[in-house]
Amino acid sequence: MSQTRKEMLTDPLVDNNPITLQVLGICSALAVTSSLQVSFVMALAVIFVTGFSSMFISIIRNHIPSSIRIIVQMVIIASLVILVDQVLKAYLFEISKTLSVFVGLIITNCIVMGRAEAFAMKNPPVASFIDGVGNGLGYGLILMLVGFIRELFGSGSLFGVTILETVNNGGWYVPNGLLLLPPSAFFIIGLIIWAFRTWKPAQVEEREYKIQTVEAH
Amino acid sequence: MPEETQEKKGFVRRFLELPTDSVPKTIFMAVAVCLVASMCVSAAAVALRPVQEVNKLKDKQVNILQVAGMYEPGVDVVEAFEVFEPQVLELSTGTFTDQFDAASFDDRAAASDPELSIALDDDPASIGRQSKFVTIYLLRDDAGELDKVVLPLHGYGLWSTLYGFIALEANGNDIFGLQFYEHAETPGLGGEVDNPRWKALWSGKRLKDEEGNLAITVAKTAPDAGEDYHIDALAGATLTTVGIDNLVNFWMGEAGYEPFLQNLEAGVL
Repeated sequence: MSQTRKEMLTDPLVDNNPITLQVLGICSALAVTSSLQVSFVMALAVIFVTGFSSMFISIIRNHIPSSIRIIVQMVIIASLVILVDQVLKAYLFEISKTLSVFVGLIITNCIVMGRAEAFAMKNPPVASFIDGVGNGLGYGLILMLVGFIRELFGSGSLFGVTILETVNNGGWYVPNGLLLLPPSAFFIIGLIIWAFRTWKPAQVEEREYKIQTVEAH
Repeated sequence: MPEETQEKKGFVRRFLELPTDSVPKTIFMAVAVCLVASMCVSAAAVALRPVQEVNKLKDKQVNILQVAGMYEPGVDVVEAFEVFEPQVLELSTGTFTDQFDAASFDDRAAASDPELSIALDDDPASIGRQSKFVTIYLLRDDAGELDKVVLPLHGYGLWSTLYGFIALEANGNDIFGLQFYEHAETPGLGGEVDNPRWKALWSGKRLKDEEGNLAITVAKTAPDAGEDYHIDALAGATLTTVGIDNLVNFWMGEAGYEPFLQNLEAGVL
């Protein structure tokens, strides 16, 4: 094992972030980030699912026939997602009403499958669990960043608490309606990727092409 | 005894020790994983159902309070809900019945009970079967006079059946509000039925015109009867809009609350 456990947990936060570097799980990041509270619950759900699905898959990894391995992974992930959905419906009903569709879509979140296939199938359970939680945290970090910007400037509040009094409620702040629409998350994630790659130039991908210059003879 | 346990162990182990990619092992693993996963899922679903039911009921009560304009965030829902007087209404006669306990009568379950429901031939709201009885909620003012009635209604939109409530003033003709508490229409398009601005359009509209004909319309343009009977369509959600128009007209018509509304107008209740 080349990485220590601590590195496995912290590495996916910035250096190997699933959203900004691996560019996985973008779809749900667009959909759920219009308010911080929803982003937070979604982040917790994904951390739970990636952590435990990686662990369970890792426990039985030596017995999973390769011909049906993706389906076995899917069954485990889907069961965990249903579990999360049921718990949300029981204890966080209001949030589950806005999240319900997207919780179901955690099943198709590339991060979960990606970690199961790339890490949990080859590593022991504890390491896989930590790796799953780490990647969930990396996803959650970006979700919270995007949610922070979108809620603050889109509705003038954070976690539902008014920070900037909006014009509609007799304040001074004119909210930016674009930030409440999913496409805005694209721009924000793009800017975050830019910021991360400026901070850590090692993340910049090599060009797939080279601009040829024609020498004048 | 030890022999037996060894034999039992042997059964599972025999499979586990097979080469991982062999056919019997593949089948064994598929069955085993599915079995364990389904047991976990069903255990969770069964264990959490009571809590979920409570939430659903509470959500319904919040919606009834909201449609009657009585909801404020943070209020104790159960307590606030006590102002309502639930009654089970027999649709065909438009009168209340004591056959059922109004607090626990489930009209959605009744709609699929052949004894308590009828199959619809003329079914613009696409609901298939309609319960003969529904639970409605009466709101009285301090003097005990009827102030508002909250009537449940439902019908098919684009993807899903929309379940909601309409609140009417005591004259049975003026709409106070309408809102849906359960649907699965496209977020941002048909899902805009939850938009407060659209819901506010319903307030102050009328069901029936001067001649007593049902005139309420949800459409892009106003009907001949005029703006008092017109709710603007949802942009980009034609089929949801058509569905709502159909379901409101169905429930307010002959097969729906018409007998009850006439009784209400005549003051015989």
